[in-house]
Amino acid sequence: MLDAAHGGDEAGGKFGSLAEKDLTLALEVRLRSLLAARGIAVVTTRESDATVTPERRAEIANHAGAQACLSLHATQTGSGVHMFVSSLAPQDPARIAAWKTAQSAWVTRSLALEGLLNSALLQAGMNVTLGRTALPSLDSMICPAIAVEFAPESAQKDQKPAVQLDDPDYQARLAEALVAGLLAWRAEERQQWPQP
Amino acid sequence: MAPAMNMVRRVQTWLFILLLVSSAAMGVVLWQLREHAHKRLLAGQDTAPTQAPEISPEERATLLVANDADSSLLPQELTLPLPQDMGSRARVILGKLLDLYALPGATHPVPGGAASIGQVFLLPAVSLNGPLPTVAPAARNPGSGPGSGARGAPSAANPAAAKNARTVAPEGGPQLAVVNLTSAFAAAHPSGIEAETLTVLSICGTLHANLPRVTQVRFLVDGQPRATLAGHADLTRTYLAADAAPSSEAHP
Repeated sequence: MLDAAHGGDEAGGKFGSLAEKDLTLALEVRLRSLLAARGIAVVTTRESDATVTPERRAEIANHAGAQACLSLHATQTGSGVHMFVSSLAPQDPARIAAWKTAQSAWVTRSLALEGLLNSALLQAGMNVTLGRTALPSLDSMICPAIAVEFAPESAQKDQKPAVQLDDPDYQARLAEALVAGLLAWRAEERQQWPQP
Repeated sequence: MAPAMNMVRRVQTWLFILLLVSSAAMGVVLWQLREHAHKRLLAGQDTAPTQAPEISPEERATLLVANDADSSLLPQELTLPLPQDMGSRARVILGKLLDLYALPGATHPVPGGAASIGQVFLLPAVSLNGPLPTVAPAARNPGSGPGSGARGAPSAANPAAAKNARTVAPEGGPQLAVVNLTSAFAAAHPSGIEAETLTVLSICGTLHANLPRVTQVRFLVDGQPRATLAGHADLTRTYLAADAAPSSEAHP
C-alpha cells in the first residue's frame, strides 16, 4: 500500500515552487510502476491531486490487508531519507483494536520492515536516519507501516553536489532502493508465512 | 393689566438671575472636582513602586537541543535567571530553547523564539493505566530491528487503558505539563515529520530534564487542541517526557 501524503487542499510542506503533495505523488507513481513491473499488486491512497483525510488513508490500508504500507513524505529539513515507525509501544494483537493505537500490534513487524528498507537504502549509497514518531494515519494502520520522508541530499557528504527533491535521478534511485527493500521483505514474509 | 405684566417681568428677571447663579455655582463645583481628581491622580503616582524589579537568581538549566543533521537531541547546559514558580520556570526554560532555534545558524531552525510559548500549566499527571509510578516508565520498544528503543512513545499506547479507571497523581507525584504554543509558531514551523517530531521531543525532554516531576506533556495552540504541529506530528497525544531522553539511534 502506497500513501502519497497530503494532496488537494492540503499541500503539506512548501519548498519554493515545490509542494510536498506533488513530490510525494511523483514518488508514489514511480514506486507503483516499479512494483507493478515486478508483479506486485499495489493499492494507493490517491492517484491525483485529491484531498484524502488521515482516517481515509488508514481505512484504505486496513481494507487492503497489505503486506507493507509506506506513507511517503518530503521535506526540506535535514538530508537524505528519514524513516519513521510509529512511536506506539508494541502490544499483543487484540480482536478489537482501538483506532488511534491500532498500529501498536504491528510495531515489531514495522521495525523489521524498516530494517530491510534501511539496508536497501544504505546499499544504494543513501544517507538514512531512523526514528519514531506519532503520525495520525500511521498509528491507525494494521499492517507493517513505515513513513518514508525524503529530504535533499547534503552537499557535505562525500563532497557530492546537493541533490534537490525534484531531481528525477534522485527520486529514481530512491524508488529503486525502496523496491529492493520491499522485495526482500516479501521474500522474508514468504519464508515466515509460507502460502499453502 | 400693567401690574400683571410687571409681575411677570419681575419673575422672569429673578428666574434669569437664579439660573445664572446656578450655572456659576455648577462651574465652580466642576472646577473643584477636576482639581480633586488631578490631586488623586498625582497622589496615586506618588505611591507607585520605585523599587527595581526583582531579578531571579541564576541557575543551571539543561536544554535538549535538536539537530536536524543527524536527528538527535543533545543536552546543553546554560545558566540563566529562573523564577521560583515552577510554571513560570518551565516557560522561561522553553523560551530559551526556542530562542536558540530562532538564532541564525541554529541546528534546528524554527522561527518564533521565546514569544512562541504562551503558558506552561503544571497539573497532577493522570494515568489511564492504574497507579502512577514515581518515575515515568520508559516505553522503549523491546522489539528487534533498527530503531528499537527509539524516542517519542505517547502514553496512548496501551490498549489496556480502557479497562482501568483514571488515576490522578497525589500531591508531590508526577505532573502533566500542558504547553500552550502560539498559532504564529505553528504556522511558521517548518513542515516535515523529522522537524516537527524533533521540536515536540526537545520540548518534552527539556521539561523533564529540568522538572523531573513532569512525566507527561500535552500541547495546545492558542489554548485550543490542534491535530498536528505543521501537518505531521500529532498534537492530540499525551507524550511521555522521559521518552525524549537522548539516545544514539540516529544512523549515519
